[in-house]
Amino acid sequence: MDIHFEHRQSAHCENGVISNLLNHRGVHISEPMAFGIGSGLFFVYLPFIKVNFAPGFSYRPMPGNIFKKLAKRLGIGVKHQRFSSPEKAKAVLDEKLAQGIPVGLQVGVYHLTYFPDEYRFHFNAHNLVVYGKEAGEYLISDPVMDYTTRLTEDELQRVRFAKGALPPKGHLYYLERLPTSFDLEKAIKKGIRQTCNDMLAPVPIIGVQAMKWVAKNIRKWPASIGIKKTNHYLGQLVRMQEEIGTGGGGFRFIYAAFLQEAGTLLNNPALIQRSEEMTSIGDAWRDFALDISRIYKNRKSGSDVYEKLSDQLLSLAEREKQFFTRLKKDV
Amino acid sequence: MPQDEGSLAKKNVHELCYAVDENGRYTTVPSRGWEVKTLALNESLELIEERIAATKTAVIAGQLSPIAYFMELNRMDIPLLASYVGIHRWFVKRHLHPTRFRKLKEKTLRKYADVFGITVEQLTSGLC
Repeated sequence: MDIHFEHRQSAHCENGVISNLLNHRGVHISEPMAFGIGSGLFFVYLPFIKVNFAPGFSYRPMPGNIFKKLAKRLGIGVKHQRFSSPEKAKAVLDEKLAQGIPVGLQVGVYHLTYFPDEYRFHFNAHNLVVYGKEAGEYLISDPVMDYTTRLTEDELQRVRFAKGALPPKGHLYYLERLPTSFDLEKAIKKGIRQTCNDMLAPVPIIGVQAMKWVAKNIRKWPASIGIKKTNHYLGQLVRMQEEIGTGGGGFRFIYAAFLQEAGTLLNNPALIQRSEEMTSIGDAWRDFALDISRIYKNRKSGSDVYEKLSDQLLSLAEREKQFFTRLKKDV
Repeated sequence: MPQDEGSLAKKNVHELCYAVDENGRYTTVPSRGWEVKTLALNESLELIEERIAATKTAVIAGQLSPIAYFMELNRMDIPLLASYVGIHRWFVKRHLHPTRFRKLKEKTLRKYADVFGITVEQLTSGLC
């Protein structure tokens, strides 16, 4: 069972797995391309769900959505399976590996032995590829790691059946059929259009509107929940934006890379222009994170600090609103 | 590209970031982390440490059972622990009470101990 699988590191696990699995079958789609076509750029604020003792912020859609949309838009057949029995889940994985098919898995992060301790949280939507089995150990290509790793049977079973929010339930997937030809231009346009619609959605918890809501709340938090909790909430926002997986600036830089690649491919100079604008928006997100971190560093308090952060986020929301309105007209 | 010697450096791990090169083309650059992120992460870890310490005090004072301590140590909350041990969270909540905890059967204790990766003796023998 030795599958020749090329491990390439990526910023985000889901795009990385897609890109690596497709690459294995000879379809070369870069990580930013997979991210853009799958409409990966997003913003959602879930004040009523508490994650790690803070409200839920996310800069990406539900796990699995990027892959699902990409597959649909390119006409790729992907087989997904979930299991109630761990034994059966293992049997199917072994069978697929024996057939020489690299398999993508959804796993929980907490029990992943090769992760640094600081990153081991109960988060269940990580993705990796298993590409072989040697002496009872699985060969793992985890796209956020520099190198390939190994997990024993027990370790892999444990992460595949992690519990909590979004339990993986042994979720595995592999490519079934590839289209003979696909229309990249159409897929790119569809991906961009959906991202624009998502970000401009007239719903308070999604996109630009959600950013504005968060900005308003930042102003209120110090008085309503106290400085300590406010700082923790802001810390959560920074971690969601900059932590392993986003490629920096809450995916904005990956998206800018996608726009550049798409602009070159489609010969559309407007998209390249948009890519530059996106880069500067990404820089502004980084400044926002930097200013939040200053609160921890200098232990500076006083409500004007939070007023400023709120204004910063509001102006980011305004910039993105204009950006996506223009981008929508370009495709 | 920021290169901070944080937690990633310990395991010799890099993460990949997207950045623009001198010609304005996007490329990927390995990064060791960024001080901003390290600070945010440390803040969250401090919070966990605080919670563990507070729970430990409460367990020693006899207000909570050792299950509460190991739950915090494993960064879990009641619903999560309940789904790992396969016991309804209403019962798990009751098991956090010292008097209830003392009445637990060996079989139930083993379920908890297995989830925490410790022995039943470690779980029952006061604290760690």
